[in-house]
Amino acid sequence: MAHEIRAIYTLWIREVKRFSRQKSRIMGMIIQPLIFLFFIGKGMSSSLPMAGDMDFLKFIYPGIIGMTLLMPSIGNGISLVMDREFGFLKEILVAPVSRTSISIGKALGGGTVSLIGGTIVLFLSPFVGISLSIITIIKLLIFMALTTFTMTSFGILLAIPMESTEGFQMIMTLLAMPMFFLSGAFFPIEGVPNWMSILMRINPMAYAVDGLRNIMYNSPEVNAMTTFNLSFDIGVIAIFGFVITIATVIAFNIKE
Amino acid sequence: MENIIEVSGLRKKFPEVIAVKDINFNVKKGELFGFLGPNGAGKSTTIQMLCTLLKPSAGKAIVNGYNTLDNPGKVRKSIGLVFQESTLDENLTAYENLKYHANFYGVEKQKAKKRITEVLEMVQLTERKNSIVENFSGGMKRRLEIARGLLHYPKILFLDEPTIGLDPQTRNKIWDFIQNLKKEEDITIFLTTHYMDEAEYCDRIAIMDHGEIIASDSPEQLKANLGGDIIKTKVENKDEVKKEIENKYNVEVQEYKEYLTFEHNNGEEFIPVFVKDFKEQIKSITMQQPTLDDVFLNLTGREIRDEEASATDKMKNKMKKRGH
Repeated sequence: MAHEIRAIYTLWIREVKRFSRQKSRIMGMIIQPLIFLFFIGKGMSSSLPMAGDMDFLKFIYPGIIGMTLLMPSIGNGISLVMDREFGFLKEILVAPVSRTSISIGKALGGGTVSLIGGTIVLFLSPFVGISLSIITIIKLLIFMALTTFTMTSFGILLAIPMESTEGFQMIMTLLAMPMFFLSGAFFPIEGVPNWMSILMRINPMAYAVDGLRNIMYNSPEVNAMTTFNLSFDIGVIAIFGFVITIATVIAFNIKE
Repeated sequence: MENIIEVSGLRKKFPEVIAVKDINFNVKKGELFGFLGPNGAGKSTTIQMLCTLLKPSAGKAIVNGYNTLDNPGKVRKSIGLVFQESTLDENLTAYENLKYHANFYGVEKQKAKKRITEVLEMVQLTERKNSIVENFSGGMKRRLEIARGLLHYPKILFLDEPTIGLDPQTRNKIWDFIQNLKKEEDITIFLTTHYMDEAEYCDRIAIMDHGEIIASDSPEQLKANLGGDIIKTKVENKDEVKKEIENKYNVEVQEYKEYLTFEHNNGEEFIPVFVKDFKEQIKSITMQQPTLDDVFLNLTGREIRDEEASATDKMKNKMKKRGH
């Protein structure tokens, strides 16, 4: 057991080290949400005044955090495809380490990297006009960690059958983008056509964004922004994460 | 001497082809054992089965006393592996690659530290230990990979084509290193190669072709089995002369391209007689001590070099694809 934990730690630290050496990845991770937040957010909030004292920027801010968690998390699957292409995966697979530890280690590593991005955006909250207490920030970070772990596992699961990085880019476009747009980041679930509402309700990201709003704006007057209650959000993401992790381990054993 | 690898009736069947056909062989403890054969002979498939990366279709393999099917974890801990293609993480430093390997194999921390210093020294990469592997030359990467394979004190080191894609100078260096290794460590080395000259360094070799082991012995013995010197000659009226030679000297003549080859116990004294007998037909004549190439030619009727070009091309394309 101690040995497996050491293996998980090693896979985790490896992802973090690799990330810290890729300057362009760090820049991209910071700049993309900034563009969304300030260009789309500012633009929309100027032309679409919302009811009450909530402006659009405040509404989409948790969604933007959700995006910084989702995109790199799913995108992290590409690191598995690259490990296969460059041979390092073989080094891990022949080592006396269980497939379960490999899946968990990679998910934790990629998840940590995405969490770093989400945390950076979280520190932008004063610019959006939101003040958060320490307790709220801690709660947010825990919820964000759960989300990134789940979404990174999902990315790895999608990457297992992939032979090329190009194939994985396709997944990003066909799956990660719709997951983001249908997460309720830009518009609430209530009020969309029925078919879209169904798609949004089966999208795990919708619960991530809803959960972030629940924690961030925990006051009766803004509860109109959220659809579900927090424990339901947490439950959905945790169960989804659990199922995905098991599926990843099984898929790994079949493929390799 | 006791056997550290015992293989009996091992077979691997892929949907389209039987890659390994019920082979049997043993490797003795402390030996430098070579697996020789052209590309596609089934060498790598055999190694992958011994390393528990592939499940055999039939038969069994005992590695360091453990059955590869019943005890894959124990087998993996007993062996070090260096693959044909690089399996390093090129975004990490040499030291990190080694340290992570020690973690994966559960080498105790203090012991690992000492061992890393030791193996880095052995492959002469101590000064580069904190450099990112991406900037290493092909030879350096291969050396680092061998160092990594040794890190967890394996009983057997598997080297799959350890010198493929390297220039001759680097190849020699790797070989010096492998021979040193045998002196310094209590280890059995199992390697595959399709370079005949490299197979000469081995204590024993097994020659594999089309999934079967067609000969297994020490290189000296295999060459001695050929029986004497090899006469290679180019003549006019090849078919006629072939028959005449066979009848006259009671030897078996093989055809290879435009040449006729045959063996003779005492080539030096035979050549003058041969030249006198066939002075009208002989266009050229050479004599040589048998090499492993001749052993292979004798066993299969073709030269191993015929297939080498395509393997090199494949390697080059692969390297290009990876951006080297």
